Amino acid sequence: MMKKITGREWSGTVLMALLLAVLSFASLFVGVTGITLDVLLSGQDEMALKIFLLARIPRLLAILCTGTGMSIAGLIMQQLCMNRFVSPTTGATISSAQLGILLSLVFLPGMGIWGRTLSAFLTAVAGTWIFVWFIRRIPFQNAVLVPLVGIMFGNIIGGITGFLSYRFEMTQQMSSFLIGSFAPVIRGNYELVWLAAPLVILAFIYADHFNIAGMGEDFASNLGVSYCLILFAGLTISAMITAAVVSVVGSISYVGLLVPNMVTLFRGDRLRGCLTDTALFGSLFVLSADLIARTVIMPYELPIELIIGIGGSILFIGLLLYRLKYGRKAIRFTRKETISCD
Amino acid sequence: MKVSDLIKKYEGKTVVDSVSFQLPKGKVTSLIGPNGAGKSTVMGMISRLIAKDSGMISFEDRDLSGWNSRELAKKLAILTQHNNVQMKLTVRELVAFGRFPYSGGRLTEEDETIIDRAIAYMELESFEHRFIDELSGGQRQRAYIAMVIAQDTEYILLDEPTNNLDIYHSSNMMKIVRRLCDELGKTVILVLHEINYAAFYSDYICAFVNGKVAKFGTVDEVITRENLSQIYNVDFEIIRINDKPLSVYY
Repeated sequence: MMKKITGREWSGTVLMALLLAVLSFASLFVGVTGITLDVLLSGQDEMALKIFLLARIPRLLAILCTGTGMSIAGLIMQQLCMNRFVSPTTGATISSAQLGILLSLVFLPGMGIWGRTLSAFLTAVAGTWIFVWFIRRIPFQNAVLVPLVGIMFGNIIGGITGFLSYRFEMTQQMSSFLIGSFAPVIRGNYELVWLAAPLVILAFIYADHFNIAGMGEDFASNLGVSYCLILFAGLTISAMITAAVVSVVGSISYVGLLVPNMVTLFRGDRLRGCLTDTALFGSLFVLSADLIARTVIMPYELPIELIIGIGGSILFIGLLLYRLKYGRKAIRFTRKETISCD
Repeated sequence: MKVSDLIKKYEGKTVVDSVSFQLPKGKVTSLIGPNGAGKSTVMGMISRLIAKDSGMISFEDRDLSGWNSRELAKKLAILTQHNNVQMKLTVRELVAFGRFPYSGGRLTEEDETIIDRAIAYMELESFEHRFIDELSGGQRQRAYIAMVIAQDTEYILLDEPTNNLDIYHSSNMMKIVRRLCDELGKTVILVLHEINYAAFYSDYICAFVNGKVAKFGTVDEVITRENLSQIYNVDFEIIRINDKPLSVYY
């Protein structure tokens, strides 16, 4: 049935899933303490097992949640704002979440990670809504202005965060939320990032609604879909996923911007068809970046944000060059084309 | 569909002023008039895209605002020119959205058949898997009409369907409108700028001036020299071709 509607091939999805499985497995055995499958299975090295369960598996799960969550948050934001440059980074969501974390550190220090996440939820949602309300009020002629406004807005919020953290001497504590890293992830302190999972499931359920709202208000009303409600709900889901990630691993930029753009280039904008691919590619992207961050200066580790920044900007420039050359033409791997190449 | 005493104000300015009319079922009705006469606003209100300030719109003997949005989407379809054209959807995916009010995205075999038929009716089979943003304006417009056909509504409202189309595609579009009415039995309501398309392809015409209904009647009743000169404030000549009153203005 699915095949009939989209006429698409599953080979890419299967390939990504396999690659992700292999890399995930490999990532469990990368680290300062050498752990091998033999040692684990023999059950003799208790220390190895502990590290495996306390650090390695939580880290992998956090990476998968982050990659899936951030890329799907970006995809929904891009659809609903009808702009391909909008993402949690360029839509002020990440900086709003950081402000929320700071506020909770200052005013609710006893609340711990729960207070932090709750506060980040509230500010991320509010920040995103303000941004979208603003871009809807002012119709921009040029699509690039929308993310520029978002970046400016994000920097203003970032400025407030910076000022407040100096005032309350919180700069040290805040730094781990400003630059994303999976290094501190151990069992007991990262589980909140799982909140991204039910939100991603919601995104899958309402995929068609987001698609229809992305076609415009008139289009949505014609099909009996409440545009405002879906816009509201979709942005809230994106902001909450982002807040959950930021309050556990810190800011992970580029993923929400780049991954949806790369996937829709191959798959088109039909969300039902590209959500799985977006989740897989997002996880692959974050996982590979984390593996590089962990291995490049062993036994030390680079913040993943640095690797994602470098890799992401190269990919992004590539994407822009492709757009300049071919416009919005999609890349398609169809059987027909392969035959004609022969 | 019956409209009475419809009023809409924007920032104190009355753009639609006590408009009343009754739309004949199973016919093509065109709303015409100069820019800013309120025809598109009226279209927006009778399709629930724009909220009315006061007045009454009754659709199948029920107040329009009392309709459940999804139920209404099975009875009345509206196509405007404000769709996001950047979206990378294939023609088939777009047409499939027409079934959304019925099956909410989970298409049944019956839905697939209806989609197939709508695509065939608009002769889009060869574009079925092309992205809509890679099509020409005329092809894209046909894809939207196919979606509306898949939506299977009794009423079809089209806001300036010939906008941005060249003469060939415009007259094709108007022929499609005629077929929607004659072959599929739809009630079609259009907002049109070109009076001659309205005169040639509609059954009824509703002419607006300054937010009011100036004339409403059959094509022959409305398209007269006196009426048009009054409505548009320009001299008109009427000639008859194929027994239709066509207007010449300069």
